[in-house]
Amino acid sequence: MPRAATNDRTELKSITLDAGGVYYKDLNSQVRGLIDEGYEEIVLQGVNGQRYIGDGLTQKVKIIIEGVPGNDLGAFMDGPTVIVNDNAQDGVGNTMNSGKIVVKGHAGDVLGYGMRGGRVFVLGDVGYRIGIHMKSFKDQVPVIVAGGRAGDFFGEYMAGGVLVLLGLELGDSPLVGSYVGTGMHGGAIFLRGEVCDHQLGSEVRVYPLEEEDRCQLEGLLAEFAEDTGADLSGVSLDDFVKLQPFSHRPYGNMYCY
Amino acid sequence: MAFGDQYSRWRVDRSRVPAACGLSGVISEDGAMIGGDVIIESMKVIHDRGNGLGGGFAGYGIYPRYRDHYALHIMFEDPGGRAACEELLEADLQVQESEEIPTRPGPGIEDAPELRRYFAVPRPEKLAALAIGPDDFMVQLVMRINTTVPGTFVFSSGKNMGVFKAVGFAEDVGEFYRLPDYSGYCWIGHGRFPTNTPGWWGGAHPFNILDWAVVHNGEISSYGINKRYLEMFGYECTLLTDTEVMAYLFDMLVRKHGLPLEVACRVLAAPFWKDIDIEDDPASRALDEALRVVYSSALVNGPFAVIVGFSRGMVGLNDRIKLRPLVAAVKDDLLYISSEESAIRQICPRPDRVWAPNAGQPVIGELKGDV
Repeated sequence: MPRAATNDRTELKSITLDAGGVYYKDLNSQVRGLIDEGYEEIVLQGVNGQRYIGDGLTQKVKIIIEGVPGNDLGAFMDGPTVIVNDNAQDGVGNTMNSGKIVVKGHAGDVLGYGMRGGRVFVLGDVGYRIGIHMKSFKDQVPVIVAGGRAGDFFGEYMAGGVLVLLGLELGDSPLVGSYVGTGMHGGAIFLRGEVCDHQLGSEVRVYPLEEEDRCQLEGLLAEFAEDTGADLSGVSLDDFVKLQPFSHRPYGNMYCY
Repeated sequence: MAFGDQYSRWRVDRSRVPAACGLSGVISEDGAMIGGDVIIESMKVIHDRGNGLGGGFAGYGIYPRYRDHYALHIMFEDPGGRAACEELLEADLQVQESEEIPTRPGPGIEDAPELRRYFAVPRPEKLAALAIGPDDFMVQLVMRINTTVPGTFVFSSGKNMGVFKAVGFAEDVGEFYRLPDYSGYCWIGHGRFPTNTPGWWGGAHPFNILDWAVVHNGEISSYGINKRYLEMFGYECTLLTDTEVMAYLFDMLVRKHGLPLEVACRVLAAPFWKDIDIEDDPASRALDEALRVVYSSALVNGPFAVIVGFSRGMVGLNDRIKLRPLVAAVKDDLLYISSEESAIRQICPRPDRVWAPNAGQPVIGELKGDV
């Protein structure tokens, strides 16, 4: 079993586990056990590929991950804060309900699928199908901010929430791929840079930022910079465009004959 | 012969379960030797992507003693197959050495067919009589054995390389074939989670012809079109799994038709017409249009991530909208490609660079010199 050491360096009741070579089921049940014992911060060292970390947890604990967590990190998560001091794989924040995931490297595909609350911040690039099927309800508004670039299907079928793509250190790469916001019918996408019509799904249009958007973005960027350590000194709100659906019911007539 | 007879043993009760295969590959572009234990170690991390119904590896540079001989790995599922097969081999080939493939039976690997390997070259008089080259001759021989000898399948036919595959989890398959006893400059590995086709020994990955070996995650929905197209060029699909077409397509496009590897990848994962229409460079646009027209039946549709090994290198390729994961990394002269970053980081904790390849864009590692 992993070595456990109690940490004194924070006011939180904290513990460190060596996750190296530990099978994901054993690791996750040990994390649950420690939460039940009242630990508020759990540091997992030597993580590599263990799936489902933080999944379904409802307590407001903090989980710090050293290494690359496996797929479906923080799926169905409802409360915890997860910090990944490395890269993450596919399926981060799948159907997450509340809490926060901060990835200080890059992340893979299908991040924030069906997300319905909370925040996911990724310092680097994200993959394909980010934020698809995101939705919001009243004050439950999911947010994903990525510091790098994204692949195709960014915000596909999005029904609510906020996606922000910053394109820091882009080089020659495009900010985002094709099929952006295809089938989108709610929420907003903020892109720092230009996007061509052929990259967009036919349900979205490009709009300038309104005062309300600028306020929201300003707050999110400050929070993102603080959590990820990103240098946003060269980022101006004037560089953003907003993508929104121009219909809330794009398929309203599709099945009416 | 009806497929049902030949494969009856493997068609029983292999339950269907939902999908996700695991891939991993590594190549040293300097041609440095890498132990077979390395690729096993990588595959262990993605154990759960497979379900134990197929695992396998290909290693390149593993048979330096017989580097100029074709190394035929053959499974004999039917007890009568070996005599019939060896009669064919004897007639067509000069067999330098024939032996059992060394194995270490252990937990997790059951019902092994007889597994033998033959180091051989075509008889010169046979080549002269048919007026064809040795590679074409070997392809025809493999097709003949796989379609006519009962329960007998050539699963590896390249030079100085070998495919090792079985029903089981990848790491168990690697130990079964004693891969830590081998070293090579390139390795690819696969853990299978069969969805649409039986989990039998011949259906495990890699799929191979000559030095091409393919491991695949996904499903090739154009299999029927690709299979019929390949049949026109003498390739017979006998292994009951969609991935088989990918190995033959690479052999046909690159070796037979002489397409550069990057162009062959553009045939398999052809750009969408909407993207061709907005290409700036007229020459590139004309090439893409020509490839789509000439090779429409070689387009591979459906979700896929593949790693393809060949004697000069290794290539990773995704379908056009990246419906399966693929991650690449480099460290010095080493290129790594895998379904998950963790499988790379297990054998290369601190790569110089890690990235997710774009859909339809090949990642290629090639030997810089001779090995």
